[in-house]
Amino acid sequence: MTLAASDTKDDAAEPAIENRRGFGIVSREGAAVAATILFAALALLPLLASAIDDPFLIVTATRIMVFALAALALDLVLGFGAMVSFGHAAFLGIGAYSVAILSSHGVEDILVQTLVALGTASLFALITGAISLRTSGVYFIMITLAFGQMAYFFMISLSAYGGDDGMTLWNRSTVLGSDVLESDLVLFYVVLAALVLAFFALRAVVGSRFGRVLRGTRDNATRMRAIGFSPYSYQLTAYVMSGAIAALAGVFLANQTEFVSPAYMNWQRSGELIVMVVIGGMGTLVGPIAGAIALLLAEEWLANLWEHYKLVLGVLIVCLALFTRGGIAGAARRLFRGGRHGG
Amino acid sequence: MFNLFILQALNGIQFGILLFLVAAGLTLIFGIMDLINLAHGVLYMVGAYFVAMFTAMTGDFFLGLAIALPAALLFGILLEILIFRRLYERDHLDQVLATFGLILILNEGVKMIWGAAPMSVQIPAILSGSVPLIGFVQYPIFRIAIIVAGLATALGLYVLVNHTRTGMLLRAGATDGPMVSALGVDIKRLFMLVFGLGAMLAGFAGAMVAPILSVEPGMGDSILILTFVVIVIGGVGSVRGAFVAAILVGLVDTLGRTFGPILLRSAMDASAAGQAGRTLAPMLIYILMAVVLFLRPSGLFPARAAAV
Repeated sequence: MTLAASDTKDDAAEPAIENRRGFGIVSREGAAVAATILFAALALLPLLASAIDDPFLIVTATRIMVFALAALALDLVLGFGAMVSFGHAAFLGIGAYSVAILSSHGVEDILVQTLVALGTASLFALITGAISLRTSGVYFIMITLAFGQMAYFFMISLSAYGGDDGMTLWNRSTVLGSDVLESDLVLFYVVLAALVLAFFALRAVVGSRFGRVLRGTRDNATRMRAIGFSPYSYQLTAYVMSGAIAALAGVFLANQTEFVSPAYMNWQRSGELIVMVVIGGMGTLVGPIAGAIALLLAEEWLANLWEHYKLVLGVLIVCLALFTRGGIAGAARRLFRGGRHGG
Repeated sequence: MFNLFILQALNGIQFGILLFLVAAGLTLIFGIMDLINLAHGVLYMVGAYFVAMFTAMTGDFFLGLAIALPAALLFGILLEILIFRRLYERDHLDQVLATFGLILILNEGVKMIWGAAPMSVQIPAILSGSVPLIGFVQYPIFRIAIIVAGLATALGLYVLVNHTRTGMLLRAGATDGPMVSALGVDIKRLFMLVFGLGAMLAGFAGAMVAPILSVEPGMGDSILILTFVVIVIGGVGSVRGAFVAAILVGLVDTLGRTFGPILLRSAMDASAAGQAGRTLAPMLIYILMAVVLFLRPSGLFPARAAAV
């Protein structure tokens, strides 16, 4: 009798949605170990780059880590809050434009630029999030997409700051007057440090009481309301945090490419961020980082092979959505568990 | 100034009609199958390519259109069988991913088949030129034809949805799909039909703009976003809401782009007004959407008031 009762309880504790999300896929400790190994490997990458004499490796790795940071930010709302934001590229763009616009007015310090980027992105997230979160499901997806496009068209028509052509940065941001970021190696380690910091900060956030409410809302919003929580403010806070971190990624993106254009805010960019999170396994924090590495490397590799590589990428994404619920991590988990919960 | 207003209002209505044709199918698909289809804009593009190809093959726009429409319908049904059928039961994230992948495939596929360079279609001889409206105001016949064809389609849809057995099933399906299925209706066939119809309507819109816009890869992406705005304002699943919202969005966007800078000029100096107007005008419809959502989170005409 007690056995049967606990069995049903176990089933209830793992709703269908859990098959693809949350620490059910990768245990909390497992995620931290995987991330630490990943970060250590990245930290040693410059040694490899100098050994095989390929400085471009560092540039590529920096770019990948920038997107990993943005994907990590998206995981907070997508993986832990079940909010499918299709407008996250806007925050990337806000970060990048904060650097470009301030720098064109002579403000080149990265600390000032980052503060402005975080402030602007938080404000944008607060306003658009407050409106978008009044709805849910399909509406939420469409509205975040529309707000993302609004930001995109705004920058396209803002001809004072390059408009459609974008802006070239004459030099990278300075740190307290010094131009250390001009070195690709220094920028690499700065971005890596930001990624590591963001990972462990978000891990703490997700594990905190705030994170538990957020995850509870993801799994069952009605129950959370029934036990006296108001999910709205928690979701909005997560949305603002996520937007601010994505803007930080934008600050680094501008410095890495030394060029900023509205294309960074294109909705296809938002779609790619979602793909990164889902490939790697959403709600795991380490997954999105792995997903960013996988997607961008695959893109780079396919682009060299075939002019129409996007076709192959599209087929892969469709197959990913149709056949591997929960991305690579979910497929691996079903393999190990032998479909105990019916996949 | 008044003449300009009339012209731009007509342009706005014509734009709104096109948005409606794309939005009508999409809102039905949302409402009935609870499916978010990002690839609907690509169907608009495919329609434009079909008409460009068949017009070039037959040498006649109307003949090309007559072949392009069933082709778009079949293409929609093919996609439904291959991909969308598998997505109805999935959550929205899977739908977003699969249809996002489909956009990449179709945009790139179009580039492979027809090349990346824009294609153009000649305006048919009977519909070229313009007619005088009031006084000196001239308006292109082809744009009037778009408005008329769009209104006729809207009327046809209205009759189909409200006064036929199929329409009754559609409305019932939008309210409670499982119940319709339980009552013995082949809901799979109904879904396939809705999807094909939606694809054909989007293809029709694409076919009609082919002579006045350039036909190019990615042309469906921008209209998709506007269609979402239309659906959000009109209310998911409501064809009537889509019509009102489409005309509203078409008018606000077109008039805003023309008169925004002019209105601002009375408040500030000319160059600043021009700059601010050009920057703010494209944002007007999104602001409109935000306001509507703030006041009525489920749109102007919610089809399922309780569900959203």
